[in-house]
Amino acid sequence: MADAAPQRDVDAIIVGAGPAGSCAAIALARAGHRVVLLERGPFPGSKNMYGGVVYPRILDSLIPGWWDEAPVQRWITRRSTMVLTDTSSMSIDFRNDAWARPPYNGATAYRPDFDFWLAGHAESAGAELLCSTTATGLLRDGAGRVIGVRTDRPDGDLTAHIVLACDGVNSFLSKEAGLYQHAEAKNFTLGVKETIGFPKEIIDERFGVRGREGVDIEILGGTGGVNGGGFVYTNLDTVSVGVVLKLPKLAAQQRRPEEIIAGLKAHSAIAPLIEGGELKEYSAHLIPEAGWSMLPKLTTDGMLVAGDAAALCLAAGIWLEGVNFAMASGMYAGQTAADALRRGDTSEAGLGGYERRLASTFVLRDHRKLRRAPELVLSDRVQHRYPQLVTSVVERMFQVDNPLPKPGLRRILAQERKRAGVRRRDLVRDGWAGLRTFG
Amino acid sequence: MSRDHDPPVAPVEERWPAISFQERMDTATFDVHERAHIVVDGAVCRDCSTRDCVVACPANLFVPTSDGGIVFNYEQCFECGTCYLVCNREGAISWSYPEGGHGVIFRRT
Repeated sequence: MADAAPQRDVDAIIVGAGPAGSCAAIALARAGHRVVLLERGPFPGSKNMYGGVVYPRILDSLIPGWWDEAPVQRWITRRSTMVLTDTSSMSIDFRNDAWARPPYNGATAYRPDFDFWLAGHAESAGAELLCSTTATGLLRDGAGRVIGVRTDRPDGDLTAHIVLACDGVNSFLSKEAGLYQHAEAKNFTLGVKETIGFPKEIIDERFGVRGREGVDIEILGGTGGVNGGGFVYTNLDTVSVGVVLKLPKLAAQQRRPEEIIAGLKAHSAIAPLIEGGELKEYSAHLIPEAGWSMLPKLTTDGMLVAGDAAALCLAAGIWLEGVNFAMASGMYAGQTAADALRRGDTSEAGLGGYERRLASTFVLRDHRKLRRAPELVLSDRVQHRYPQLVTSVVERMFQVDNPLPKPGLRRILAQERKRAGVRRRDLVRDGWAGLRTFG
Repeated sequence: MSRDHDPPVAPVEERWPAISFQERMDTATFDVHERAHIVVDGAVCRDCSTRDCVVACPANLFVPTSDGGIVFNYEQCFECGTCYLVCNREGAISWSYPEGGHGVIFRRT
């Protein structure tokens, strides 16, 4: 076929002005293409919440000096990994002064602020931002190729040479395009969060930080028997506390999400940090948790998918990242789309560069490397037996039971392993799996 | 030191201001559209014994009725997607996003 390229309203439609969509829009608009960025909320970020830390170094190339202007709450200088049982806790607490200076490492930020700011850069680059517009479906030509989206605006349909689905964790567009087989509950966790207000000085004092320094506490245990995890993050004058809950387990345990947060808040390791504050906002969101094993097909004729819509969220226990994966996959999707538009080939084959870009960078390399992590971290032994084992071993190490002499560590380990109901070969197997996963 | 000499710790309800679920939900902002974006077919729910949506919905919008059905209130929905994922009854939940500009609005500072 040698037909002239058909007329389209714009070069590219990006659905969703979150971190993936805005970075895609920046890349495409700067390459000189006509871009429409659709956002179903009244402003970018209005539908978005998360656990709370963003790692923005991928912006070095898109927005040099981003740290001088990004709407950050606090720069993470203290990172705690905490194991909780009902009556004890153990933390590995790391503090790093270098993380308080450019280029920084992680930051807490409110997503409505952060996403709004990032979408502003997309607009400055020349993208047209259309808020309060829900994409309700795909437009396709006779051959099945994606040629635009339906919207709920009065003027309805919008056509383009390429559509970028950055429409978030539920991504109805990539499901409609057949990129997802079937969304299964076991691949998702529910994040629920309370944002609790305090005077800044109280937060500084309780968490041992100053100025813009902030704390990130990631918690294993404390989720009331539901597989998942907890978190506490400091913002400037609020503290975010919440839990991430594996969906099928949440349903099976018959405990409501807000009750599980209340349980975490009442724990003796958490309560002194957050008591007395005023609840500012309660919110919830789904997380595509299963990583590598749930990744969809990333392209089809006329369409790319990025960010949470492509399940590119890293939930690997000690690493919990998503916004950076969204920004990076969005940027690479935008660059690939720009190349494809220039060549006049936005077919699936013409978009092959997207997966190559992702595969050669952290986006797919981290996911591939950590592909076994989500299952291991959310397994029953790691979730329920190992926290008990670790804390009881430490308890017996440090408990002085005079006149009894100190028991040897080997004996403590053997006894506590039995008491926690962990078989030696499972411990060895999980240890080996941990090394293979994280090593 | 015996437990008798431990400083008393106030019960949980005294350490945080008591807050009802409705007050909790009122901390979020919703621009409610007249059309319900999620529709629950109570007839399908009637013979469901697990009722996973009732437990899992973070906004507690699924309310069992005395006659064995389920009433769903769409107004204060976070649009998270939990309900349709945990639901194991084909056709019980019809899920879509609200009209553009409507639904939950997380605040800017």
